[in-house]
Amino acid sequence: MKRLAIPKTYKLYIGGKFPRSESGRVYEVLSHTGDFLANAAKGSRKDARDAVVAARGALGVWAGATAYNRGQVLYRIAELLEGRRAQFIAEIMSCEGVNAAGAGAQVDEAIDRWVWYAGWADKYVQVAGNANPVSGPFFNLSVPEPTGVVAIIAPQGDESLLGLVSAIAPAVVAGNTVVVVANENAPLSAISLAEVLATSDVPGGVINIVTGSPAEIAPWLASHADVNALDLVGAGDLDWVELQISAADTLKRVLPPESGADAAAPALSRILAFTELKTIWHTKAIL
Amino acid sequence: MTSSPLATYQPDQRALALIGGEATDANLRRYLHGIPGIDAVGLEARAADLGTRSIKTSSKRWAIDTIIGLIDLTTLEGADTPGKVRSLVAKALVPDAGDPGCPRVAAVCVYGDMVGSAVAALGSAHAAGGTEGVNVAAVATAFPSGRASLAVKLADVRDAVTAGADEIDMVIDRGAFLAGRFGQVYDEIVAVKEAGRRADGTLAHLKVILETGELNTYDNVRRASWLAILAGGDFIKTSTGKVAPAATLPVTLSMLEVVRDWHRLTGVRIGVKPAGGIRTSKDAIKYLVTVAETVGEEWLSPHLFRFGASSLLNDVLQQRQKMTTGHYSGPDYVTID
Amino acid sequence: MKFLDYAPAPESQALLDLKSDYGLFINGDFTAGRGTPFATINPATEQRIAMIATANEADVDAAVSAARHAYDGVWSRLSGSDRGKYLFRIARLVQERARELAVAETLDNGKPIKESRDVDIPLVAAWFFYYAGWADKLDHAGVGPNPASLGVAAQVIPWNFPLMMLAWKIAPALAAGNTVVLKPAETTSLTALLFAEILQQADLPAGVVNIITGDGRTGHTLVNHPGVNKVAFTGSTSVGRAIARSVAGTDKKLSLELGGKGANIVFDDAPIDQAVEGIVRGIFFNQGHVCCAGSRLLVQESIHDDVIDRLKRRMQTLRLGDPLDKNTDIGAINSAEQLARIRELSDRGQQEGAERWSADCEIPANGFWFAPTIFTNVATSHRIARDEIFGPVLSVLSFRTPAEAIAKANNTPYGLSAGIWSDKGSRILAVADKLRAGVIWANTFNQFDPSSPFGGYKESGYGREGGRHGLAAYLKPAVRSGARSISAAADHTTTPVSKKSAPAQKAAK
Repeated sequence: MKRLAIPKTYKLYIGGKFPRSESGRVYEVLSHTGDFLANAAKGSRKDARDAVVAARGALGVWAGATAYNRGQVLYRIAELLEGRRAQFIAEIMSCEGVNAAGAGAQVDEAIDRWVWYAGWADKYVQVAGNANPVSGPFFNLSVPEPTGVVAIIAPQGDESLLGLVSAIAPAVVAGNTVVVVANENAPLSAISLAEVLATSDVPGGVINIVTGSPAEIAPWLASHADVNALDLVGAGDLDWVELQISAADTLKRVLPPESGADAAAPALSRILAFTELKTIWHTKAIL
Repeated sequence: MTSSPLATYQPDQRALALIGGEATDANLRRYLHGIPGIDAVGLEARAADLGTRSIKTSSKRWAIDTIIGLIDLTTLEGADTPGKVRSLVAKALVPDAGDPGCPRVAAVCVYGDMVGSAVAALGSAHAAGGTEGVNVAAVATAFPSGRASLAVKLADVRDAVTAGADEIDMVIDRGAFLAGRFGQVYDEIVAVKEAGRRADGTLAHLKVILETGELNTYDNVRRASWLAILAGGDFIKTSTGKVAPAATLPVTLSMLEVVRDWHRLTGVRIGVKPAGGIRTSKDAIKYLVTVAETVGEEWLSPHLFRFGASSLLNDVLQQRQKMTTGHYSGPDYVTID
Repeated sequence: MKFLDYAPAPESQALLDLKSDYGLFINGDFTAGRGTPFATINPATEQRIAMIATANEADVDAAVSAARHAYDGVWSRLSGSDRGKYLFRIARLVQERARELAVAETLDNGKPIKESRDVDIPLVAAWFFYYAGWADKLDHAGVGPNPASLGVAAQVIPWNFPLMMLAWKIAPALAAGNTVVLKPAETTSLTALLFAEILQQADLPAGVVNIITGDGRTGHTLVNHPGVNKVAFTGSTSVGRAIARSVAGTDKKLSLELGGKGANIVFDDAPIDQAVEGIVRGIFFNQGHVCCAGSRLLVQESIHDDVIDRLKRRMQTLRLGDPLDKNTDIGAINSAEQLARIRELSDRGQQEGAERWSADCEIPANGFWFAPTIFTNVATSHRIARDEIFGPVLSVLSFRTPAEAIAKANNTPYGLSAGIWSDKGSRILAVADKLRAGVIWANTFNQFDPSSPFGGYKESGYGREGGRHGLAAYLKPAVRSGARSISAAADHTTTPVSKKSAPAQKAAK
């Protein structure tokens, strides 16, 4: 007799915990063939607000961690993803309708992307920073630092896991904390990634994942005064110009939407987009 | 400035009250290291900024005469003779032979064995500590190195005072200072001051030479300035003129800041004497500006500020002639000494 | 007599040969503006210096067209080394005409001649010299190999450092291969127009730099012109915000240098006399018309009274008056409008209960003046502790621990500058690490250098000027091929960029 399976309840991931939406809402996640897969939490503006609070709270610890430590924490995510490869392949196959080989390739690339960005943790400052030869008795250094809390609209296209990782990893490697609105139609791998994160060494609150409608949640994040930057990579189908205009109220740093195979391609520029260059002058004299 | 109770103390009592105990190395170190530090870049930038003041017309005329009246006209050569000193005194009394209205310098500064010659040459023009005429300052305490026993140093001072010196320019023991033997430096200054006591009980005016060129850092200059003042010095003086660098504007500024702070603390006014390396009226005016803007114009008086210099006087005189005649002068129109 | 009342030492105006009317500098020539001309006045006397043209929409269009034409036809085809040679020429010409430019700047802006002579104009020459050398080394700018210029840069600059801001904008733009339309501030157009004459002497190809004058409407038209590829603005946060909104959804790359409310933190072990100098330099330099001014003094409580006493004594030696006098420390406020704002905020500070103290200075009968002023007993909630005053007004707050100092310093929507004064190196580095500001001065303040990137966090804007990063703000990566491969991902930029794959552009509003 076939054993009756235990379906998973898909919830939000905020501050290292898995709450349901405060609104009590859920929405149906369907397979590519239209079959019911799960009821995902339909996050609200208040969930987004809570996620920003969690991200702000985690910022000091994460930005203050050593670069070596952040690199290892990100690498640890890759290790854990590798261990749960089968689960992600199954979810991607059901959600996105790709075959095992295609899903496997996506998971592999997502894993490799964590590894690639993990390696940048203790290098981007060297590459993007400078010792500046000012004409005077001063020691002068420019150093990039994390911008702060970054709100991300995850890519909404085909490759839900890879898109999500491609947007999150460059932001967090620099020491930012993030609130990400997951792929609306294919949120399962986002929540499963949250389970990976929860068992990894990523401190709670560093990565917060909200499922639901980007169109509903994004305006609240774009206008939130305690959000420092906005990655609209997956907002191409939203009224993203309005979001950018809204973000201008507090001069948020904004990355525009991207689409196609090139979207959120791995690049040092994605890391540096959410960094601030700090220049420190110090007097220099032996007398 | 409101009067401080510290103003009524004798120097030794005041020092002990401030450092909170006997003048031991440990107590002095604690006190001197508790004083705020100096950032060299900021100090030098401030000095450079003060150096950009543009002193013109009536201000310049006043400055030039003031500079002359603040000069300790100096000869400190192994080859000095009574004849050389007589010549120096003549120049001190009549700096510009062509202009009887030219002010006299504040003092002549000579080695101890030349004091008698200077006093004799001055005759009735010897101010003897007063404000009319020219004073006689003597370098003492095994100047310039200070490397002699305390007994020798004190004998050096007594000789000069007995011969009629009004002011003693002593050197501190830089070796002791740099080695942290602050108590020794302090005690020597106290002893030298006492050695300058005359038969009538009055004390010769004491200028304490820090030899800033050997102290190397501004923090050391500042601590040595405090130490010299705590021990009873009437003046703090930058240099012997025998070590480079001698007086610089930043060093003098840092000493003026100590003098200003001492006045804020105690109500007592201490003098400052940059010496060595100030050769042009342009440079000297920068010092006047620095004094006026740091401690106040009141300090531009011979009992609170002096220039230790020899060649400065002639440059100032040429400037003075330029201002009087309207055309540039030349070295042959001022006397060499 | 009183020596400290230094006799007047005015800088000669004889070397300045000004015209009575200035036109727009478009396509290499001066041309009459089609808007209504306006007078530029000397804020120290309220006397008219010259009439300045106003560029209307057609003029802006002509300037952008000239820049585009020069970009396509000449400048983008020139070798980097030749672009560099033009910039070197400009640097030398600025040095040669430095005194004339300094006098003009002081006349038009009201800043003391010693600042225009010793700070502004030397930095202008230095900026061109620095970026001249970059022009043929763009591969090393940090945006990957063979970076591309952006096209036409629209640049709008403020009145506080008129020619210096021009240099900060034009030098990197030209080095990177862009052409420029620059609009100086309404009250300080003069030196930009003298600079146009320098460009003629340098024989810079026509249209590479166009200078158009006018008020905020001209600037608005310029930054919104569809023909520009880059917008660089220095000025108020409110205008910067409006510009950020207006370029939303476009491909225009944006740099913003906006307001600030810099904290100058003095710890109890600070080198006290230099700290006092730094406080003075931080807030009274250029009459406090400095976006990175140290306008909030945070003093450790244990030394608060001593620092304030020393500061007041020092302020009494500041000389306010004729900006052309070489001994003037505090010049004129740039405009009646700015003076009104400083007065309003200062009065507000008093009403809110802060204690006001001003140095005794004689205020001249004509012109716009404000005596150096400090407010003590300021609370973090007071408006004078939060709003940018942009004048010689210091708000003093105290703190007890380094943690409190950091928290108070960061408690502002701005994040441009900060100062730290301490003799303890480890503390300076740790505090510098925690401050959310783009430029941190430790035991110094208000230092600038072309090799040192300058720019803000948070609402102080984004993008950097100066250094390699300032160059990168005018470049984009070479068009990438092969997209997804990790090895190809070497580009970097410091400001948001529109990707070529972005959806169709939408109108901003």
